[in-house]
Formats: sequence, structure tokens, C-alpha cells
Amino acid sequence: MIARVAADEQSPWNARFWAGFVVCGLVLGLAVPLLNRWVAPDSPFALPDYLVPLFGKYLCYAILALSLDLVWGYAGILSLGHGAFFALGGYCMGMYLMRQIGTRGVYGNPVLPDFMVFLNWMELPWFWWGFDHFAYAAAMIMLVPGAFAFVFGWLAFRSRVTGVYLSIITQAMTYALWLAFFRNDMGFGGNNGLTDYKDILGWDVHLPETRLGLYLATVVVLGVAYLLCRFITVSKLGRVLLALRDAESRVRFLGYSTTHAKLFVFTVSAVLAGIAGGLYVPQVGIINPSEFSPGNSIEIAIWVSVGGRGTLVGAAIGAVLVNLAKTWLTGAAPEVWLFFLGGIFVLTTLVFPRGIVGVFRQLNWPRPRAATALPVESPVAAEKRI
Amino acid sequence: MPVVEFRGAEAWVPAFARTAARSLTFLLRLIGLVLITLLTAVTALADDLSPILAGLGGDSFAAKEKAVVALGKAGDPRAVAILQSLNSDRLRKAPDGRVVIVEGTGATTKMTDAASGEPVSGIAADNLDRIIVNNRLRGAIEAALGSLTLLSPDRAARLAAAQDALRHPSADTAALLEKALAAEQDPDIRTVMQRSLAASHLFAGSKAERLAAIRTLGTTTDPQVKNLLDEFRYTANVDPELFKAAGEALAAIDSRLRWTGIAATLFQGISLGSVLLLAAIGLAITFGVMGVINMAHGEMIMTGAYVAFVVQQLFRTFLPPGLLDAYLLVAVPVAFLFAGLLGVLLERCLIRFLYGRPLETLLATWGVSLILQQAVRSIFGSPNKEVANPSWMTGGFDAVGGFTVTWNRLYIIIFCFIVLGALVLILNRTRFGLHMRAVTQNRDMAAAMGIPTARIDALTFGLGSGIAGMAGVALSQIGNVSPNLGTLYIVDSFMVVVFGGVGNLMGTLVGALSLGIVNKVLEPYAGAVLGKVGVLIGIILFIQRRPRGLFALKGRAADAEA
Repeated sequence: MIARVAADEQSPWNARFWAGFVVCGLVLGLAVPLLNRWVAPDSPFALPDYLVPLFGKYLCYAILALSLDLVWGYAGILSLGHGAFFALGGYCMGMYLMRQIGTRGVYGNPVLPDFMVFLNWMELPWFWWGFDHFAYAAAMIMLVPGAFAFVFGWLAFRSRVTGVYLSIITQAMTYALWLAFFRNDMGFGGNNGLTDYKDILGWDVHLPETRLGLYLATVVVLGVAYLLCRFITVSKLGRVLLALRDAESRVRFLGYSTTHAKLFVFTVSAVLAGIAGGLYVPQVGIINPSEFSPGNSIEIAIWVSVGGRGTLVGAAIGAVLVNLAKTWLTGAAPEVWLFFLGGIFVLTTLVFPRGIVGVFRQLNWPRPRAATALPVESPVAAEKRI
Repeated sequence: MPVVEFRGAEAWVPAFARTAARSLTFLLRLIGLVLITLLTAVTALADDLSPILAGLGGDSFAAKEKAVVALGKAGDPRAVAILQSLNSDRLRKAPDGRVVIVEGTGATTKMTDAASGEPVSGIAADNLDRIIVNNRLRGAIEAALGSLTLLSPDRAARLAAAQDALRHPSADTAALLEKALAAEQDPDIRTVMQRSLAASHLFAGSKAERLAAIRTLGTTTDPQVKNLLDEFRYTANVDPELFKAAGEALAAIDSRLRWTGIAATLFQGISLGSVLLLAAIGLAITFGVMGVINMAHGEMIMTGAYVAFVVQQLFRTFLPPGLLDAYLLVAVPVAFLFAGLLGVLLERCLIRFLYGRPLETLLATWGVSLILQQAVRSIFGSPNKEVANPSWMTGGFDAVGGFTVTWNRLYIIIFCFIVLGALVLILNRTRFGLHMRAVTQNRDMAAAMGIPTARIDALTFGLGSGIAGMAGVALSQIGNVSPNLGTLYIVDSFMVVVFGGVGNLMGTLVGALSLGIVNKVLEPYAGAVLGKVGVLIGIILFIQRRPRGLFALKGRAADAEA
């Protein structure tokens, strides 16, 4: 009896966890709608309509950060190409939204988006087929980044490309996509990307109600994504991932297929990133090739780093905090922003490698708990690998 | 001109010299008088143009064409003016049959008699008839003008005319070309003239002449000659022997064109490769020796480019303009020192705390790169800075087959190999190089042997960054200097290092040159962007086959790079 209670206490799915999860979910899911809809507009606590999609954007970034943390914090794969998966998901959603414009475009073509009419295209390219159906688009938002990551990961992990080499080729991947999507001939709007959306599932994307709905959808997806990541990391697979992060060769020698484990988690992570991108596009109203820029992908790593690598909550917190700072600084003092961002890159790696959540856990706050292995590349471990 | 000089000198020359000057002035005036008399005589000769001009004033286009051809053959200097005004619809026929050149419109109209060159008055502009030209006539006019300018004293005009003659091959031009060729001294123009002459013979000459012409034309690479030969081959009733000869000549031209095309691509590829090599060498050193990914490497390059800009501005401000060309020679060592010091500083203050944590080093140096970019943007502003090529690096020369080798590209290739050579010498012939190699191969053992590994790390990082700075000076000569100069090259440099294999200069060299050449080979088929995308995909796939690059370290040292 006592033993079972203790096991419950140790379980990652104990009541305490669920309580925390539900509270966080309710705060995120209720605070914004309440402040936006039911507080008088002249009250100091009122949330103006234009801020709702901004918060939605932050939460999309939080999902993206979760997805990177899953591969970097738990499996030691620093992908510098997660922005590409995010953007691919975003483009899929953008294509759906473009098809919903119908005859309301500048040229009034019922099938072709404006930029295709402008380029004198006669018919819809095959890869645009089906994007007028939401279900198909939703499937593609997950399938395209997932399949892309699967093929890329299969090639990379099979031949044991690890460490900085992997980081560099993922960067090369997003760089190549970046260059490719700038081309008009690709059929994705070139430099201008996809924009000027009208409807999503029949609702006008510019209406405050629709935006609130999108925000709530993002909250729900964030919750589900968090649970999924937690499920993966506390499972037996999660243990294998942690082990291969710290000493890959040993895990292989013990008989585990590190390739399959990494491939699985990389693909799941890319799907999550794609979903984040799909939610992001209707809220910001545009997707263009700049989302593929290598700098964007590295920025995701710093969100995770700031919040605390290897802690799922930390990744989400880091994403929101860094982006809050970005919104504030790029408005208040644009020339300071890059100094600030560069400064966090240097400081977090040099002084706070465990990030915000990691520091709190180290201080055993808010409650004492068993020491967890936080993923900091220790010089000793690295040398052992050598 | 000499007269003016003597007058200017009068103020200070002694009296006897002044007398001499006066007699000389007299002599010059005498010569001038004789010249004027001669010119009048020529004008008198020009009256012979009148019958030709009468043909020009007629109604029949055939007669006009005949007149134009006659004008072309006349070799009279004023025929040029007449033909030009005919071509630009400024030639009129007066009621009295004279042909008049008009200039300007309305009240300012100036009329000149085409035959005598004297001004015409007393005729209202309304009474003049336009001399109408059709397209066929225009061709004749151009041909005639071309042949007339063959004898012009202006070198450029002669050259243009000689080239132009290639477009209008005929028996008439052949005669003119022969005349011009006899007088021509300039070897370049002679070559062109001979080619045009051969083209003329091709269409109007005996069989032997045609054969010789085909042979001459077969030695060129001019696409125009190619068209001409093609045209000749398919004209009616060509002698089978000539047909065969023309076919052979065409094949020879084609193969020569193909080779020059290959040479041009190769040169462009090596040029791009040398730029990549310059950008990547420093990275290869730091990555190879220290296992450190330096994301701020691109910003070291950018810093070097800005050093070039600053040195140039200092030269402009403080030194006489004659010395401006030398700024580049000063900028190279200054950039090396500046970027090198920056590198040492970076290593001492940041990177040494992160050894053994390559991924975190990557992030931290990325942060440094953002800070450096913003710092440069704050100091110099975001617009591109103008860094001028020194005069000895501007322009270029025509290599065989009509592609131009620009000096700046050529110098950068040479510079790149000098840097590489110097680096090889440092690595293999100096104590520092020995220590560097030792640390690369086995850090612990090197430390045990008493090599100060920490100092070697700092110096290595400084060396790598310094080379990046010099690369920046080189890049400032071929591209824009802007705060994000570095980001343009960083991914490419990584590709070179990863492709070539880490810790291996030979690999970096081969990697850079092959990537440059492959890029340029793909470009004509796929376009610049898609070609680059293709190269990137190629590298990603290549890494699958050889995860440690083209020239991977072998044995135990290879495992250390994990």
C-alpha cells in the first residue's frame, strides 16, 4: 500500500502534475478571452483586439520551442533547421488560405491565386491540388514537414552524422529552402510569399472572434503538444534518448538502435514544428521565405536555452519571454535588440547553461525533488567521448 | 599647337630665341597657307560628286542605291556627312536639283549644299523635297559608311568599320578592305580586316580565293563568322568541295568555342572557389585545431572589409591622391592584425570557457556575430559602403575567345594562393605551426610534452580570424561592403569545410575549388539560385556517404571529432 502511494508520488503523471497542467491551461485559455471580451474596453486591464494574435504568435513559438527541445534537450540533436519545418507547415496553411480567397482576389480568378495570374500561369500546379479542403491542408501541415524530416533524418542518422556536423547540414537544408522559396518559379509566391487571406473555415480571419478562436486553438494544441512531449520523454524511449544524448556509442553497444530512436523523435518534432507554423500563419496573416532564414532557426535554439534545455516547460517559457522582449525592444529601441539578443546568446551559454527553469531546479525551488540530470555538455563527458 | 607654346614662352626666353620663334611662326603660317590652297583644290575635285548626287535626288530606289554605292567607293571625306544625313532623313532636294543637307528645324534651320559644302540661302525649307530611304537602301548606306570609315584616321572608327564590314560582305567591300589593309599598321585591326576580307571573298571570289577564305575564317571564334559560314553553306549551287571545307571550318569553330566556354567557366569557377577558399581557410583552422564552430567567422570577414573601407577613407583624407592606389596594400596587413586581435580577444574572453561543448560554442559565437553586426551597423550605418578598386585592379584583358579576365578576380585568385602558401609554410616550417599540428593531433599528449596548449589555442584563433580579415579586404574588391556581408559567406564556408574534411588544408582547397567550379558549371543549366540549391543538396547527400568529408582524418584522431 505504502509502496503504491510512493510509486504514485514518483510517477510523472501524478495528481500534482495534472493540477499544475490544468491550472496553466486555464490561465492561458481563460485570461486572454476574459480580458479581451468581458472587461470594459476603457479599463486598464482590458486586452485590445490587436494583442490577441500577438499572444497567439507567442504560443506558436512556444510549440516550436517544445519541438526543438524534444530533439535538442532530450536527444542531443541541435537542429538548426527547425525554422524550415515551421515554415513548411506555414506554407501548407498559407496555400489553404490562398485557395479560400476565391474570386475576392485582385484579379478575381476563382482558382488561381493572384500571384499566379500575375505570372501568367494558366492552371494550378499539381502540388496545389486539394488545398481548397481544410482536412487535406491540415494533413499536409503535418505530413510535409514530417516526411521531409523523415527522409532528411534517415539519411543523416543512418550514416551517423552527429554533433556540429548535423547542425551544419540542417542549417544548409534551411538555407537551400530559403534560396529556393525566393524563386517565383517555385509556385509559392516568391519573395512576397502568401498573404492577403480572407477566410479560415468560413470565418473572416480579420474578425476579433476568429482571432480569439485561433488563439484558443493554439492553447489547446500547445497543451496536447506538451503532453505528447512529456509522454515521449518519460517513456522508455525517452530514457534511451537521454542515454544516447550523453553517450551515443554506449547505447548502441547495449543493443539499442539509436538511428531509429533519433529518427522517430526528429520526425515527431518536425510534425510539431509544422503544426506550430500552421497555427502561426493565419494569426500573423503572412508567410514568406524569410521564415526559412538560417538566423530564425538559430533563434529558436536560444529560446530553448534561455528557458532551460531539457525541461519542456522551460522551452515554452523561454520562447514567450524572449519574444516578449523582442516585441518590446524592437519597438522601443530597435538598435539595441540585436545587442540584447547577442548578449543572451553569450550569457546563457556562458553563465546560465541550464536556463531559467534549470536554475530554479538547481536551487530546489519551488519544492525539493530528486536530482534530475540536466543536459549540459560537460567538458568531462565530452572528453570521455573523445 | 606649337605656335601657342612659343607665344606662351615669349615672356622669359632671351631675345635671340624670340627672333627664332618669330621666323618659325612665319614658317608655320606659310605651311598653313599651302594647306588651305590644297584643301580648296580638293573642294574643286568634289564637284565630281554632283553627278552621283543627281542620282540620289532621283525617284528610283535603284538609282539611289547605285549613288550610295558610288559614294562609298568615292573615298571622299564629305561622302560620310552626306550618307549620314541621308540615313537620318536630313537630306533634301532643292527645286533647282541641288542636294541640300539640313540641320535643325524651324527658324534655326541651317542648309548646306551637299556637293560644295557651302551654305545655301534663299530657299524656303518648305520648298525642299525629302529624299526618301527604304530598308534596302539603309543597308547599302551602312555598308558604304562602313567602308568609308575604314580609312578614317581614328583608330576606334577604323576598328568598328573593319568589324562592321564582316556584316556586309561583298565584292566592293573586298576591294576597299584590300586598299585599307595595305595602309593599315595596327596589328589588331589588320586581323579584323583580314577576317572581313575573307568573308567578302567567300561571297564574291574565285574558288581558290573562297577556299582560302574558308580556311582563314575557320581559325576564328566569332559567332558572326559562324553564322556567315552557315549561310554560305546553304546558298544555292555551292561547290561540294567548298561545302565540305565550310563544314570542317564550322566544326573547328564550334570545338574552339566549346573550349573557350569551358575555359571561361573554369576561370569563373576558380574565381568563386578562391573567394570561398579565402573565406573558409580561417574556419578550417579553428574548426580543425580546436573543434570550435565559430559562427562569428563571417563577421571577422565583414570586419576586414570595413577595415579596407576605413583605410581607404584615411588615405583619401590625409594623403596625396597619387598614393590612393596603395591603400589596399596597407589594408591587408591592418585587416589581418585587427581581425586577428579581435579573434584572440574572443577566444580569451569567451571560447576558452566553452571547450568541449561545441554546440554551445556555436550558439555563443552566433550571439557574438549578432553583436558585431549591430555594432558595425551602429557605427557605419546599414547602407553599403563604397570601396573602390585601385586603378591597377580595375578593368581586365581579353583572353582568347572573347571572354574577359578582370584584374580584380585574377588578383584575388593570386592573393588566395599566396595566403594558402604562406599558411602551409607556417604550419610546416615554424615552431608555432609544429605546435598547432601537435595540438590538432592529440591535445593531451601535446600538453604533456610541454606545449602551451592554451596559448596555441588563442594564437590559432587569432590566425584564423586574421585570415578572415584579409578575406574581407579581398571581398571588398568584388562585392558590396555592408554589415551583413559575413552572413552571405558563412553557410558557404561551412559547406567548404565540411565537404573538404576538417583539419586538412588540402581538403579545404579541393573543397573550395570544386564547389566553386560545380556552382559555375550548374549555373547556365539551372540558374544561379537553383544551381546553388543543387550544390547544397549535393553536399547534404555527400555527407551521408562520407560523414567526415572528402579528406577525413584517419585512425584514432578521426574519432576525436565526434
